[in-house]
Amino acid sequence: MSAIQRLVERAGEERVAAAMQAFARDFTREAAVHMDACVHCGHCSHACHFYVSTRDPKYTPINKIEPFVRAYRRSAAPWAPLARLFGLEKPVTLTELERWQELIYDACTMCGRCTLVCPMGIDIAALIARARHGMFAAGLVPADLGAVAERAEREMSPLGATPKVLAERIEWLTDEHGIKVPLDAPRADVLITLSSIEIMKYPQSLVALARVLEHVGESWTISTRGYEATNFGMLSGNREWQRDMSERVIDAAIACGVKTVVVPECGHAYGALRWEGANVHGAPLPFKVLHISEYLAALIESGKLRLKPLAKSLTFHDPCQVSRRGGAAAAPRRVLAALGVELRELADHADAGWCCGGGGGVVAIKHADDLRHGAFRIKMREIDATGAEIAATSCANCRQSFDDGQAYFKWDTRMQSLLELVAQNLQERAPAPLAR
Amino acid sequence: MTLLEFARGPALTVSLAVLIAGTLWRLGRLAGRPAPRDLSEPRGSAAAGALRGIAHRFWPHPRFGAKIGFSTAIGYIYHLGLAVIVFTFLPHIQFIQKLTGLHWPALPDPVTYFAGALTTAALIIVLIQRHGDPVKRMLSRFDDYFSWLVTFLPVITGMALIGIEPDSVSPAIAVHLLSVELLLIWFPFGKLMHAITAFWSRGITGAKYARRGALP
Repeated sequence: MSAIQRLVERAGEERVAAAMQAFARDFTREAAVHMDACVHCGHCSHACHFYVSTRDPKYTPINKIEPFVRAYRRSAAPWAPLARLFGLEKPVTLTELERWQELIYDACTMCGRCTLVCPMGIDIAALIARARHGMFAAGLVPADLGAVAERAEREMSPLGATPKVLAERIEWLTDEHGIKVPLDAPRADVLITLSSIEIMKYPQSLVALARVLEHVGESWTISTRGYEATNFGMLSGNREWQRDMSERVIDAAIACGVKTVVVPECGHAYGALRWEGANVHGAPLPFKVLHISEYLAALIESGKLRLKPLAKSLTFHDPCQVSRRGGAAAAPRRVLAALGVELRELADHADAGWCCGGGGGVVAIKHADDLRHGAFRIKMREIDATGAEIAATSCANCRQSFDDGQAYFKWDTRMQSLLELVAQNLQERAPAPLAR
Repeated sequence: MTLLEFARGPALTVSLAVLIAGTLWRLGRLAGRPAPRDLSEPRGSAAAGALRGIAHRFWPHPRFGAKIGFSTAIGYIYHLGLAVIVFTFLPHIQFIQKLTGLHWPALPDPVTYFAGALTTAALIIVLIQRHGDPVKRMLSRFDDYFSWLVTFLPVITGMALIGIEPDSVSPAIAVHLLSVELLLIWFPFGKLMHAITAFWSRGITGAKYARRGALP
């Protein structure tokens, strides 16, 4: 029996109690002040792709955390004793939690766009992430997302890219493309992490990475102890799995004595390690964490990475967790400037960009497909409006959403990888001068 | 004891006591929640980000101006209108002076009357929006409507006093004072507290995003 099945098969009261206990751990000062400050203006609805694409009020972001807010008001809010004494706030029931599963998982990519518009600055995405802890504890994570997370915890990869599979893929790519991939080097300056989506679906990304790193002469490695950057523990709401998944990478980086860990083209992986890694580790990380776009930008600025001009127009899709919530929106633009493309920004870009609809684990939830496709239309329209020849991003999860959307809508735009564009346009090194 | 004496005496004392004690309790309880330190390597200054976050959110993000511009404008009208009424009307300044000893010059009465009329109209629009907009209606609780009521009552009962001498013993003055006292009593219990928590909430997010190098 799976870990999630065991959670589901408990009595209803036990599941609700588990959710309430998990919620209580998350009533931090930040969460409490944010819940306390909400004036129910509903402005957040205008920022949410799920509300905008359906016009259904239930998708208003602040409504998605209603059970979490109610549990707070009843147990931990300043006036909670009065709320209990006078019965002002009824206990949350299992039926309500079940009803909210759709809103907390299927209908929120935790993109954080709602915070942009909130006059109180409430970080609703962070509240959703907290609410997911309680939902998971109650066994209310959607089955397919839960299964992916459990597989990642068990096999080190959500898609079956186990250390053995990784080694085989690398061997195949090495033979096929003539690249060098230093697997499990004992010491290196840079630890490269990967997304299973890249390993299994976009292996060309790994080839691109190896070419770039060879071009700049970096001392790097991939470690089978910790290579998987995605963190489905975090997305599913399992705090312990989140820590396990982050610790694998952190342990591998410490073991190799690296100065830098590079997070692949993946949005949530960046948030999980760059902004949450030290917190789950319990101490500051003894290395820098860079998203691949930041790493490429740094290589360009240091003069190590030289690119041929790509004389085309291009539009860039910002992965929410890298740009809006990660603070790295400038990095990919510096890379694009070095590529010499004519950048045609989307109407909503950088901090204001729309999510592709597949973040936050939503792309792994099959029954959320219709909702996700509706939200994807917003992105499709914006990209078409730019008339750019190329659409690119720096997140494999976004690419997967785009590929799925492309197939579903028979759309003629294929989302490309920023890293792969860079690798395709490496400037050839000048031949070394002949020795006399 | 007349109604006016009650409103000026025990009711005022009790309402101020509830306001102060309740506000301190609520803020103290919020401050007492656990606040784990963020151990990630910061990219920017949290303190500067908090201030930027507070300032930035006085104005809607440019991408949302068309959607929330009207609602924001109405919000500004009644918030500023209330400030003008409370802090620039001579009888109110005299009332505050009696309580605290502080005083400042007043604006001409017609300015306050105009602010009162605008505030009344804006508050009515707010109520219509709250009930008419499907999102706002779904989100609304007792607190939203009651907070609206305790804000509206002092404005409308104050407007009813136009032409009545502030030093007279009219029961209308007692009703106005009692409506203000109801607002003071409700303040720490409901959403009116956002007058304080808005800045705290914005500051937290501003600081968090600034640490990340993201816009507040």
